[in-house]
Formats: sequence, C-alpha cells, structure tokens
Amino acid sequence: MNIKKYLLNEKVIISLFSVLISLVIAAIVMIVIGKNPLVAYAALFYGAFGTKEAIIDNIMKASPLILTGLAVGFGFRAGLFNIGANGQVIIGALLSAYVGTLVGAYPFFLSIPLVMIAGMLGGAAWAAIAGWLKAYRGAHEVITTIMLNYVATFIANYVVNGPFQAPGGVPKSPSIAYSAQFPNIMSVGATSLSTIIFVSLAAIVVIYVIIQRTTIGYEVKAVGFNPYAAEYGGISIGKNVVLAMAISGALAGLAGTTQVVGVYGRYFGALSGSMGFDGITIALIGQNDPIGIALAAFLISSIRTGSNQMQIAGVPKDLVVIIQGIIIFLVAANRIIKTIRIRKRKEAEA
Amino acid sequence: MNEWVQAILNVFTNPTFYKSTLTQSTPLILAAMGGVFSETTGVTNIALEGIMLMGAFGGVMGSYFTGNPWYGLALGTFFGLAMAALHAWASIKYGADQIISGTALILLAQGITGFALVELFGQPGSTDLVRSIPLVDLGSFKDVPFFGQIFGNLSPFVYMAFASVIFGWILIYKTKLGLRMRSVGNNPEAADTLGINVYNVRYFGVIMSGLFAALGGAYLSIGELGQFTTNMTNGRGFIALAAMIIGNWNPVGAMSASLLFGAATAFNNQLQSQSVLNLSTNTQYIFGMIPYIITLIVVAGFIGKSRAPSADGIPYIKE
Repeated sequence: MNIKKYLLNEKVIISLFSVLISLVIAAIVMIVIGKNPLVAYAALFYGAFGTKEAIIDNIMKASPLILTGLAVGFGFRAGLFNIGANGQVIIGALLSAYVGTLVGAYPFFLSIPLVMIAGMLGGAAWAAIAGWLKAYRGAHEVITTIMLNYVATFIANYVVNGPFQAPGGVPKSPSIAYSAQFPNIMSVGATSLSTIIFVSLAAIVVIYVIIQRTTIGYEVKAVGFNPYAAEYGGISIGKNVVLAMAISGALAGLAGTTQVVGVYGRYFGALSGSMGFDGITIALIGQNDPIGIALAAFLISSIRTGSNQMQIAGVPKDLVVIIQGIIIFLVAANRIIKTIRIRKRKEAEA
Repeated sequence: MNEWVQAILNVFTNPTFYKSTLTQSTPLILAAMGGVFSETTGVTNIALEGIMLMGAFGGVMGSYFTGNPWYGLALGTFFGLAMAALHAWASIKYGADQIISGTALILLAQGITGFALVELFGQPGSTDLVRSIPLVDLGSFKDVPFFGQIFGNLSPFVYMAFASVIFGWILIYKTKLGLRMRSVGNNPEAADTLGINVYNVRYFGVIMSGLFAALGGAYLSIGELGQFTTNMTNGRGFIALAAMIIGNWNPVGAMSASLLFGAATAFNNQLQSQSVLNLSTNTQYIFGMIPYIITLIVVAGFIGKSRAPSADGIPYIKE
C-alpha cells in the first residue's frame, strides 16, 4: 500500500478538516462565553491522556465505540443509515445479562461465548426488524430504528423494574455469573482495563475481512452502491438489506455485551449512553473504513473522556456534542470543504 | 376484563381525553406541517426533532430574559429558522446527504441546548420556570358541559396548529408558489427548464419547515409548562415525520395522522391513570412504548400506502 497516497486521500483530508474546523468553532464558542479555549483544550487533553487512569478510561470508552462505529459504518456500506444502534446496544446487553445469569455452572470457555452470542443475536434481531420493514414494507430505516430505540428503552426499563430486577428495589439486573465476566488486564485504583478491548480489535479484523474478502461483503456493498444494478446482476436486495442490518445490529449488540461482561457485570439503565449517536460520528469520520473507524473511535473516546476535566475547567461538557454535530455536518456537506480548497488553490494560482 | 371495559369507557366519556388529544397533537401537527413544506420541495428534513428542540429552548430563553413569553416565541422561532437555514444551505447549495445533515443538526441542537442550559441556568436537566403563553379563555363557553371543558381554555398554539394546516393546504394546492413547490419536488429538471429557480423554491420550503417545527417545539416548553427540560421533544420530530408520511405529504393528511397519534398518546395516558385497573407501577413502561410501536406499524404501511414526492431527498445539481 502506498502510504502517502493513503494519507493524502481526499476522504482523509475531509475528515481531518471537519475535525479541525469543529474544534476551531468550539474554541470560538468558548471565547464568546469568556473562557480560554487553550486552557479548556489543555484540560481536555489532560483528562484524556494525563494519568494512567485517564488512559485506561479512554481505552474502556473506545472499546464499545469501535463496535458501534463499525455497526453504523457497515450499514452505510450497504446504503443503510442505522441510527438505532442505541436500541441494539440495549437489547444486546439485556440478553447478554440474562444469559449471563444462567451460565454459572459452565466453565468460562462455554459461558463467555454464550453471552457474546446472546448479545449479537439480540442486536441482530432488533436491527433485522428495521431491515425487514425496509426491504419488504418500504419503511425508511431512520424512522423505524429511532422508534425501535424508544421501544428498547421502555423494554429495558420494564424488565429491570420487574421480572429481571436485582433484589433491593434498584432498577438494575442481577449480577451475571463470575464465569461469564471478562478478566481485567490491570487495575489502577478503581479503574480497570478489561480484556473487552480485544473483542473490539477482533471485530475490526472480522469486518475488514467480511467487507473485502467475502461474497456477503461483496453483495452488501453492491446493494449499497447501486441496488438496481445489483438486482440486475442477480443479487437479492431484500435479503441483503436484512442481512446488512442484522450484521450491523450484531456489532451494536456486541457493544452492549462488552459493557455487561467487562464493565458493570450486570445490566443497568444508562448503560447504552450515547454510544449509538457516537457511532454515527465515528463511522463518518472514519469514512466507513474499519481502520479509520478504529482511529475515529479513539478520537471520540478521548474527547468524551477529557470532557469531564474540561467541565471542571468551566466549559460545560455538552460542548462535545456540539463538536460532534459540526463534524457530521461538515462530513455530510463535504463539498463545503472541497469548495474552500478549490478557492485556495485558485488564489494560489492567481 | 370487566375493569378494562369500565376503564376504557371512563376514558372515552371524559372530556379530558379529547382535550388531551388536541394538546398532544398540537406539536405533532406543527412539526408535520414543517415536514410537508420541506419535502414537497424535495428536501428531506429529519432535523425536525432538532429544530423543535431549539424552538423549545429559545422559547424559554426569550421568556426568561424578557419576562414576556411572546418574545420567547419569537426567539424560539428565530432559532428554528436558523437551524433550517443551515440544513437548506448544506443540502441545497452543497448537495449534502440530507439525512446525515439532518442528523448533524439534531446532535447540534442537543449540544447547544445542553450547553446553554448549564451556561445560563447553572445546572443540567431543566431550566427555571418561566412565564408561558397565556391560554385562550372563552369566557362563559367554559360552562357548557363537556365541550366547554374541551375547548374553553386551550393554548393559542392549538389554534395555530389548525391554522397552519389551512394555510399550508391553500398555499401548496391553490397558489402559483405551491405549484412551483410541487414541481420542484417532483421533477426539478423540468421545473428548471420552465424557468423556475429550483434552489430558491427549495430554500423557501426548508426555511418554512423551520418556522413550523420551531412553533411545535415552543409549544412544548412555553405552551403550557413554562420550562425546558433536556431532550424534551422525545422523538416527537420523528413521529411528526411518520405522520407526514402516512398523511401522504399532504397538510390535511398529516394533520389527521397527527391527531391519530395524539389520540393514541392521550388514550394511553388516561387509561393508565384509571384507578379501577389498579396497575402496578412498572406497567407505565409498557404503556409508554405504545405510541412508538403504533408509529412503527403505521410507517410500515400496514395502514394504507403513501407516495413521496419523486425527487424527495435527492440533491439537485444544476449543470
């Protein structure tokens, strides 16, 4: 691979510019509210990388984000916008937690694969509903996956306040069996680095191989690129839309599993956080490329991890969401950046 | 089983259900009308959710600083117009992917409102209570049994919602501008050949959608409650989109679908508070998911079929 060509690729430039411009706009916002952006960004950087705990926290945040980023990115490859990764995370996590409470009698080499499969199946089934509705009923996946997000949240709230509630009246599930929990690599104070990061790294490789080397990947990409041509070529649109949503959902479900088996040891309400929407930002910055997605996931996890420190320095951490909004906006309207670059080039020539 | 029949009868014979249907439908009708305006000209606008949120926040902010909720409404509307203008700029001038641009604006709205909430009111979650837009008091009509209880004391937003439907229907189907909007949404190339400025008409459609969606959002904050809470739109922008789709991109259809969703929500809320049912507390979650499930069933076309404007969502790039 020609590294220079890879780095100077138009798509990479658009991503980098989008991130840079959003940070500059955020800095302007900080100046407007009377804060020093350099101090705030220094705090953010320190919060993300300044201590061992921060770095561990950062990696732990990145692990599920790699998975939701891959989930959304895989959907994009198939021409599908899976805005419902959050719901798939919830259903995946719930099923993992449920299976996790049943496998206490099994050794880890059985119970761990079982909880992972449960999570992937849960997420896949939940996303496949939207895939089926799109393929066979013509319902746009953006609306259906958003609705499924709400339904998933209500289901989770119902079960952890009723049939699947831990003793003591707190809205969370019982703990999963010890044999289903992923071991920690190391701990610093109360922060632990779990082996779940390897699940995410493995997923990058698996998705890369599926996209580049398998018939499934080829067909899904073909449907995403031009559904009519793909159908003319004998590829079923419907089957591939459902399959692509299912794979996307399986990745999101797995993100939910990692939180159950590697972070909380159970299901609880706010577990999914903003992983689904973060996945969209990540897939767009990463330009739907598995390696790009991994790098983008670390970028977003760093900003998220550092934002607490930034808030202590006086800048509300919701600024992170504004930054993400601007990045997505610029990637969507990438011709804005292209126009700026062409204008600059013309000025240079003149 | 008998308790359920009793409870359902109680809901339907109580004027509160009908009033609640109107108030639940109001933000949906307004936002769905926004969707109709934008999509009739061929620009998908999933940013309705974000525009509503900005409208809701602007409403409270303006009311908080001036003490006058009408200025709040003006500020909320301005925020909504600004958001819509951004969407229009990206998707019309720069041919952006409209779904992704809309998603960006939803995130942006969540970020801006969350950020400003902490910055202005000092804590996340919710703002202080502010003055809300006064209700329309129909005087002695309130004493008319049943109907007086429904219509006697409604928010002006309810009237605005129905007025917007009439306005939208006349504009889109009875005026020259409306004909242009429809032609640009169905066949921009042909419209362009006939000398219609595709870009200008689309800008108009998208910016009008900002106006209506912001009004819908402002109703949530300064319509009755007088407060903004984080993400208070709660998916209503998407439900409004669904209403627009079921309503076949037509103002009257979108209104009917919004009323259906409003009635479902009102029924839901009223039913679970019926004491004869004696429901346990966690059944609220089962009831809570019903409007979203109805939306799913309806957009899946299990109830009727609809057809979008032909060029909806496709950027038009002039040769």
